[in-house]
Amino acid sequence: MSAEANTLTAKDFTSDQDVRWCPGCGDYSILKQVQTVLPEIGIERENVVFISGIGCSSRFPYYLDTYGMHGIHGRAPAISSGLKIANPDLSVWVITGDGDGLSIGGNHLIHMLRRNFDMNVLLFNNEIYGLTKGQYSPTSPEGKVTKSTPMGSVDHPFNPLALAAGADGTFIARSMDRDPKHMREILKEANLHKGTSLIEIYQNCNVFNDGAFGVFTDKKTKAETTIFLEHGKPCVFGENDSKGLMLDGANPVIVDLESGEYSVNDLWVHDKHDRFKSGVLMRCFDTPMPDREVLPRPFGIFYQEDRPCYEDLLHEQIAVSINRKGEGDLDALLRGKNTWEIA
Amino acid sequence: MEKTKSPETVRMNEERRDVTILFAGDSGDGIQLTGSQFTNTSALFGNDISTFPNYPAEIRAPQGTIAGVSGFQLNFGSVEIFTPGDMCDVLVVMNAAALKANLNRLKIGGTVIANTAGFDKKNLTLAGYIDGNNPLENNSLGKYRLIEIDITKLTREALKETPLGIKEKDRSKNMFVLGFLYWMYNRKLGPTEDFIRDKFAKAPELIASNLAVLKAGYNYGDTSETFTTRYEVKPAPLPKGVYRNIMGNQAVAIGLIAASRKAGLPLFYGSYPITPASDILHELARHKNFDVRSFQAEDEIAAITSAIGSSFAGNIGITASSGPGIALKGEALGLACILELPLVIVNVQRGGPSTGLPTKTEQADLMQALYGRNGEAPIPVLAPASPRDCFEMAYEAVRIAVEHMTPVFLLSDGYIANGAEPWRFPVSADLTPIKPPLRKSAGGEAYMPYARDGKGVREWVVPGLKGMEHRIGGLEKEDITGNISYDPENHQKMTLLRAEKVRRIADFIPEQALDRGSPDAELCILSWGSTYGAVKTAVKEMIEEGYSVAHIHVKYLNPFPKNLGDLLRGFRRVMVPELNHGQLVKIIRSEFLIDARPLTKIKGLPFTASEVKEAAVNTLEA
Ligand code: SF4
Repeated sequence: MSAEANTLTAKDFTSDQDVRWCPGCGDYSILKQVQTVLPEIGIERENVVFISGIGCSSRFPYYLDTYGMHGIHGRAPAISSGLKIANPDLSVWVITGDGDGLSIGGNHLIHMLRRNFDMNVLLFNNEIYGLTKGQYSPTSPEGKVTKSTPMGSVDHPFNPLALAAGADGTFIARSMDRDPKHMREILKEANLHKGTSLIEIYQNCNVFNDGAFGVFTDKKTKAETTIFLEHGKPCVFGENDSKGLMLDGANPVIVDLESGEYSVNDLWVHDKHDRFKSGVLMRCFDTPMPDREVLPRPFGIFYQEDRPCYEDLLHEQIAVSINRKGEGDLDALLRGKNTWEIA
Repeated sequence: MEKTKSPETVRMNEERRDVTILFAGDSGDGIQLTGSQFTNTSALFGNDISTFPNYPAEIRAPQGTIAGVSGFQLNFGSVEIFTPGDMCDVLVVMNAAALKANLNRLKIGGTVIANTAGFDKKNLTLAGYIDGNNPLENNSLGKYRLIEIDITKLTREALKETPLGIKEKDRSKNMFVLGFLYWMYNRKLGPTEDFIRDKFAKAPELIASNLAVLKAGYNYGDTSETFTTRYEVKPAPLPKGVYRNIMGNQAVAIGLIAASRKAGLPLFYGSYPITPASDILHELARHKNFDVRSFQAEDEIAAITSAIGSSFAGNIGITASSGPGIALKGEALGLACILELPLVIVNVQRGGPSTGLPTKTEQADLMQALYGRNGEAPIPVLAPASPRDCFEMAYEAVRIAVEHMTPVFLLSDGYIANGAEPWRFPVSADLTPIKPPLRKSAGGEAYMPYARDGKGVREWVVPGLKGMEHRIGGLEKEDITGNISYDPENHQKMTLLRAEKVRRIADFIPEQALDRGSPDAELCILSWGSTYGAVKTAVKEMIEEGYSVAHIHVKYLNPFPKNLGDLLRGFRRVMVPELNHGQLVKIIRSEFLIDARPLTKIKGLPFTASEVKEAAVNTLEA
């Protein structure tokens, strides 16, 4: 961190381009949080690169005064992989969406996660195709009526975090556009994590899928439908922290903290390093129902682990090779092992 | 038991100008190794040489069947050699299927060396000789000289003292063949002995057994009185210098490394395994001490887009594949084109469409390279002429990509990728310098990502440079600033600027030379890519025979050398032989309004010189 980087503000990270999302789009909040966080984490602008694919969210790099590339549909993780190998010192941020990252680019996303490049991936999930004007996406719920599914979608949706866990992601988190503070915290943690940090961000597309996450983001329901995970802290939620989660074998159950039967001390303490338990949290994926109690939707860092990064291992091999064989000698390479002379 | 059908009785040494040998056998018979050892030994001896391996498509095709036959053809001589030879002088067959598959490639009067153990009832049936009708015994080979040797038995005999199992013993029977041929062609065993010691350094018992069998094969020729003639092929009068043997894919890899060194930038190689391009990945992965970053990507698209990402960060991004993989890279090619970043795409062409003929050669991806993208997306295209030329053209591909900020196609093919020939390799100091248009330090003029220099080339600024932060992308960009622009006038302007940049590369490539013949000959044969050797041989013979014919070989296919049109207009007729249904010929016709005529072959096999010659003679005598 340089002294100068410390003095930068969000404004320094704002480019001169007009932001062209629909008014009221959740993307604005995410852009704002990123622009706020970047100066706080103290990386020089010239060492930051944003790479995106195609979709509404993928316009993101144009609005930041850092290095950036607006790539092609679904390929941002692959472009970033090459970039990170070429220069591991860069701070690389991948901007993608539910269509870009989970449908057309799903393959690249899982391979990036297993290789664990040191990058941050912001997956804007709005459960709809916005840029193409409103078709269902791989995260749209079953039965979703859209332009391409007039009778309701028969596709079973992805659970993005469970997918990331399946690919052995080393930092798996969820946040929402309507909770700026939480998002900023998660962004900072993601930046600190060495490895691929995947943050799914619930983002409202107010034009084609307004209110898709309203039940989680609306002040009136948020307390009951969500749980905010903190490492080492008991899993409490609800109005006035009146409820908690316990594990009954492998099953999470909701307990009432007000009846006197259970106290905070009985609750499940979130351990983001526990692969099994974090998997259980990722599976808390019920659709909230007005008439029946369902598990709250968790937000925060579900899982985190230390694992070597691909680019470091690759450069280590290069160093070992140079150590063993010496810096490449071009003339020796040209000459090869067997030569003969014609005089 | 062993007999020859030729009548000689006295031992003689006969001199030969050039000889073509085809080794053929089951894919497990060690044919490729036998062929490449004979090649190396002959090259070290000073012959000119050209080789062509012919693999079966299946990794483990059923033993003894035609589908499982692997071949290795080599042509070596005391004269200049340009092709692996049309028809063979010697056909070595390890089993009946190998004979059946290749007999039509043997000259009348040529020699068959047959392993009789491979002609038992089972092998005959598998090869499709009906009712066990043995071609070695029914006089059907009367037009040829037949040498029958029970190689399997003699190999086992040579190893009878060793504790190896039968299977392991049989595995070295290719060394018996090699030893015998070394005797026949007066070759020394030394280079192969060294190779065996090196290859089996970790298994001393295999060193001993392979050396023993190699010697047994040699001695068999020497002591068995039935063989009366040995052949001598003197060294070729090649230009003075130091030589090595090189295969096409290997030459591509070395060319890429050399160029990255001369450009002073690390090489990033993103690729997904595919036949016949994978050997480039294998070769590059071995040279990490040249700061080569080889990345085996999850798919073809990731292979190219990771290379684009690396170029954005200042590496030389390279990707390679073959036809089907190139098809998958199409969208990313357009991205590289509009971003105007350096990128080299190697296409080792194979038979298509779709999966086609993975192990066979073809030149049918020229149109794909030139036009296979959405929108106006011009990309320079280069094609090497031979295995050793792969070095030079790979080097050129990087030079053009970097100095002109553009993706560049390198069109190799299965024939030259796996073929080998002697190479008078350069010294690094003599290689053309490569100067990337790279801004090295912050400060100075403000950076405009799409401002251009006199060549129409933009400046390359990579992340990490302070004050030069900028965004690029696949959307149309405003001239100079690079900001997104949907302005109609601007789109036309940018399209023309990108095209003009590629067109002007013609100022930075060599003018087209005539390979042979006079510039006002009656007929010009215009070749590209791997057809070079066959056409060169055909034209050489025809000129010697008094025909009015000339040869032009194009290595720069987009843009063409500036003088190509004028050169071609000097001939009455132009013929374009291609291993496709007529692609370059269409471009020549449309570009220069010349009545060029096609000569096509789409069999997964290279042209023979005689095919080209026959067509040319017919054209001239029509
Ligand atoms: S379509 Fe939806 S996601 Fe896209 S900018 Fe508009 S509101 Fe945002």
